[in-house]
Amino acid sequence: MKFTLSWLKTYLETDAPLDVISEKLTAIGLEVEEIIDPTEGLKPFVIARIEKAVQHPNADNLRVCTVNNGSETIEVVCGAPNARTGLVGAFAPSGSVIPTNGLKLKPTIIRGVESNGMMCSERELGLGDDHDGIIDLPADAPIGTSFSDYIGANDPSIEIAITPNHQDALGVYGIARDLAAAGLGTLKKPDTSKVKGSFDSPIKVKIENKDACPVFAGRYIRGVKNGPSPDWLQRRLITLGMKPISILVDITNFLTHDYGRPLHVFDADNISGNLVVRLSKSGEHFKALDEKEYILDDQTCIIADDKAINSLGGIMGGIDSGTYDTTTNVFLECAWFEPIRTAMTGRKYAIESDARYRFERGVDPATVLDGIEMATRLILDMCGGEASDVTVTGEVPIISKTVSMRPERMLSLGSIDLSKQEITDILERLGFKVSDQGDLLDVTTPSWRCDIDGEADLVEEVLRIYGYEHINVEPLPPASRDVVTGLSLLQRRSRMAKRTAAGRGLCEAVTWSFIPSAQARLFGVLPENLILENPVSSDLDAMRPNLLPNLITAVGRNIDRGFKNIALFEAGNQFSSDKPDGQTYALAGIRRGQNHQRHWQDTPKDVDVYDVKADALAILASIGVNVKNAQVVTGAPDWYHPGRSGVIRLGPKNILATFGEIHPNILKKLDVKGPLVGFEIMIDSIPSPRSNSGNSRGVLTISDFQSVERDFAFVVNKDIWADEIIKAIQSIDKKLIDAVNVFDIYQGAGIDDDKKSIAVNVRLQPNDKTMTDLEIENLCIQIINRVAEKTGGTLRK
Amino acid sequence: MQDLQTLESEINANITAAADIDALESLRINELGKKGRVSLLMRELGTMSADEKKEFGPKLNQLKNNLNDAVQLRKETLEQVALNIKLASESVDISLTAVSQELGSIHPITQVMDEVSEIFTEMGFSVAEGPEIEEDFYNFTALNIPEEHPARQMHDTFYFPKGEDGTRKLLRTHTSPVQIRTMMQGEPPYRIIAPGRTYRNDSDATHTPMFHQVEALVIDKDIHMGHLKWAIEEFARKFFEIENVKIRFRPSYFPFTEPSAEVDIGCSFKNGEIRIGEGDDWLEIMGCGMVNDRVLENVDLDPKIYQGFAFGMGLDRIAMLKWGIPDLRDFFAADLRWLKHYGFQALDIPSLSTRSSALKGSK
Repeated sequence: MKFTLSWLKTYLETDAPLDVISEKLTAIGLEVEEIIDPTEGLKPFVIARIEKAVQHPNADNLRVCTVNNGSETIEVVCGAPNARTGLVGAFAPSGSVIPTNGLKLKPTIIRGVESNGMMCSERELGLGDDHDGIIDLPADAPIGTSFSDYIGANDPSIEIAITPNHQDALGVYGIARDLAAAGLGTLKKPDTSKVKGSFDSPIKVKIENKDACPVFAGRYIRGVKNGPSPDWLQRRLITLGMKPISILVDITNFLTHDYGRPLHVFDADNISGNLVVRLSKSGEHFKALDEKEYILDDQTCIIADDKAINSLGGIMGGIDSGTYDTTTNVFLECAWFEPIRTAMTGRKYAIESDARYRFERGVDPATVLDGIEMATRLILDMCGGEASDVTVTGEVPIISKTVSMRPERMLSLGSIDLSKQEITDILERLGFKVSDQGDLLDVTTPSWRCDIDGEADLVEEVLRIYGYEHINVEPLPPASRDVVTGLSLLQRRSRMAKRTAAGRGLCEAVTWSFIPSAQARLFGVLPENLILENPVSSDLDAMRPNLLPNLITAVGRNIDRGFKNIALFEAGNQFSSDKPDGQTYALAGIRRGQNHQRHWQDTPKDVDVYDVKADALAILASIGVNVKNAQVVTGAPDWYHPGRSGVIRLGPKNILATFGEIHPNILKKLDVKGPLVGFEIMIDSIPSPRSNSGNSRGVLTISDFQSVERDFAFVVNKDIWADEIIKAIQSIDKKLIDAVNVFDIYQGAGIDDDKKSIAVNVRLQPNDKTMTDLEIENLCIQIINRVAEKTGGTLRK
Repeated sequence: MQDLQTLESEINANITAAADIDALESLRINELGKKGRVSLLMRELGTMSADEKKEFGPKLNQLKNNLNDAVQLRKETLEQVALNIKLASESVDISLTAVSQELGSIHPITQVMDEVSEIFTEMGFSVAEGPEIEEDFYNFTALNIPEEHPARQMHDTFYFPKGEDGTRKLLRTHTSPVQIRTMMQGEPPYRIIAPGRTYRNDSDATHTPMFHQVEALVIDKDIHMGHLKWAIEEFARKFFEIENVKIRFRPSYFPFTEPSAEVDIGCSFKNGEIRIGEGDDWLEIMGCGMVNDRVLENVDLDPKIYQGFAFGMGLDRIAMLKWGIPDLRDFFAADLRWLKHYGFQALDIPSLSTRSSALKGSK
């Protein structure tokens, strides 16, 4: 909502300066978004007279003018066709800046003639569209004085944001009313007295649907003369950012913004017979003022004559019955349309209009009878003519209601202690009627406040006028009953998992939850109900079933930026259905390139499946998984390399993580150069720790006896896993055999092509005595035999 | 007597003159070894009378000890010299890069969520969550957003296709449905915050179709706007780490709160940079208010018994403000240059005990 200070003052008697008014507007909930002071831009411009205008010696279209700016006479080259001797206009001296284009003027030579400054057009100064010539002021305009003062363009404009509950402030009058209630001046009421009619309206109005339109006031005015509006009216509309059209149209636009009262003027000569307000019939056509044709359903409130539809009630008039320069007889409509139907109609046909905007939020029904008088008066003043009596069809709806208020709620809800009297005063200033019922106040809402619903709304009304700054701050009291505080287990795990991943060199990314559906299908089944009906763009149409695709494509983009070694992770939700339990929380990571940059001391190595296995195990360990108990098996999903991937699980049904090289097919489809390795951790699948485990770490037992280490190298078939050897060795004596570590894998010279050598270090830790050489020797033989038995491996020579 | 003193001076001079460990050692053997001059003198003691022994013995012992000490001292000196020479020869180029672990980083969104969670859990809140794919009821209806409200339109809300039952799911447009889910799960009192992803069908210089919010809900028997104001002031002070941060509450409108307010924070706009805690300008940071009676009724709570406040705040926005991050769209681009620049170290876990020293304890 935009208006100027002088416009506001037509309804508000106040001495308050602009900044005080501005602060008060924001304080009462009418947030000031912008204030523009036009005098700033127009300051350097003065009124000047062209003492002499002669043809430019070297250019047909230019004139050389001798300009008197009140203090001196200077030469100015001017291209305007109306530059003539004796013209009085607006002069921009050298050094000034043209407000509309930011051009800074300086003395120049134009085709060999010196020019100092410029005579301006309206458009150059932002005052209008006229650029046919320079501004032509009356001959008696005072030379040398401020141009902006002379034209009265020193009127700051104020733009405020209107929240949906402030339909009462969608007119300048309503804003003045609220400011007056807030103590910033006295409200000046407009003249709404009845204009006497001299004949009966020849057009009658019938309402068929009283729910859609309970009241319609109409008036016939004959013999009007339409044309351009006077300056003051044009300027108001320009302030609003609207284009002045003609007096009749401008009056309706003006009253919409001035009094919050949309109305409509029909050209009476283009109405056949009488008007009826009814619901449309399915398939009826309507040609609106926006020059579009609409085909209507059977629920649209329309105004029709005997032949055609003339208006969508409360939204937009028809093009055929609109008013034009030739219009001489008009029919004025001032009605009230039901908000919800208006909103639905406007949305259905996608028509935005100032009338719709107001009717769907709720126009003050009391302005039906005031508005028609105000409009009549303006038409008669500016267009002449003769008015009929007002025909009122239906009844003005009463939307006021009475709400009970406990005065103590100001303190118990609003944290401001106010007496019953103070509350009553504020509400009455706002136009509410207050009746003291002892413990309660019965508060009746004014006709312009359809938003008031209950007691809390009244508390807000009093608070906003009294001032939110007076709300007394109080620390939160302890909860009336113990409440859980802090992070949940999942939240703690999420935090730890992310921080561990970052600690391992992965950078956290946050990417869209939606991905192209084609990509989603690469990572499992995509149910139809996870595809958005109205995606922001067609390549962001499906909820991601998995975190990897976005990370993989992000790797691709970073390769394009010149990165070679890339390590990214993301933690977030992925979706397998539209149900709450179809949303699962995971952390996924991707590595590409080498584990570090080339280094003089440390040769980098290509990242591989074991790097991401290490990531997965480290993150699992950080969030409380006993990774020693986890199984690592094959069978990772299809998007991994079938032979270079694995699943970390506690059991067949309890998968904690997957890891591996990303399948080349996936990389090809996503157009990313690999190889890439990745991992996924299903954070919310991880079982909670046993609740009875407590915080105790248990007793530390340390053996006092010397440990013994022995190395073995076994030659086994290629398809034997190291784990099989480790398990075989451990199975001999779980207590004594403390650790078995693989320290070398060898294939090549000296080993058959279908074999490999696996070297392990076995650590023995006796707990009751030191082992003798013989005992150690025996155990070594047992180890060799057990490995041979379980894996077919033989000791390498 | 005279002999001994002469002898000691002579040997001492030789010790001092020994140029290296080997020379010193052969000197030691020559003088103090079995066949050395001192040992020979000791041997002579056996041939002396008791009186001579009494006089000569201690002196001879003294001589031996003195010389041994002198040898030891010289030895240490020579060793140190040798070591110094060796160390000098071992110098390396310390300008060479050390092997360092590749650094990862934490996204500012995670960091801001952790900071906000830290501040509110310290005030006794718990952290709640909810589904991102929501039902109309939780996202709109229960929050007193009527059917015809503009926010429900396609141009704001992402919708999924209609299911068999005729209803359609949507992507939550705010974190407020977590309020409803919390209130429907158990009895008051409630003290929760709910950070998370939210979605609106909007994409321009300052809007992204996905963004992050944090919701707060406090419901009890006696919670009023003064408590709301306190909680927000506490938050702003601790989050922005500015003791006298200016906060302005002004009336506003949200369907789910009444009375409602928007909260502005005092700042300055200078050279395209926003500075919190100085200047005379205001910047909106959140919407808040007392939970509307209609919302309480929608979740079967009696507004005559229970009341409380709620607020919602853009996490991306406050992260941008706090850390001077200029463009929202970059948050979701996964550009390593950005992630490394604006990201946080793994161990930079927000904690109230490590805040700026300007912050005093709770008022």
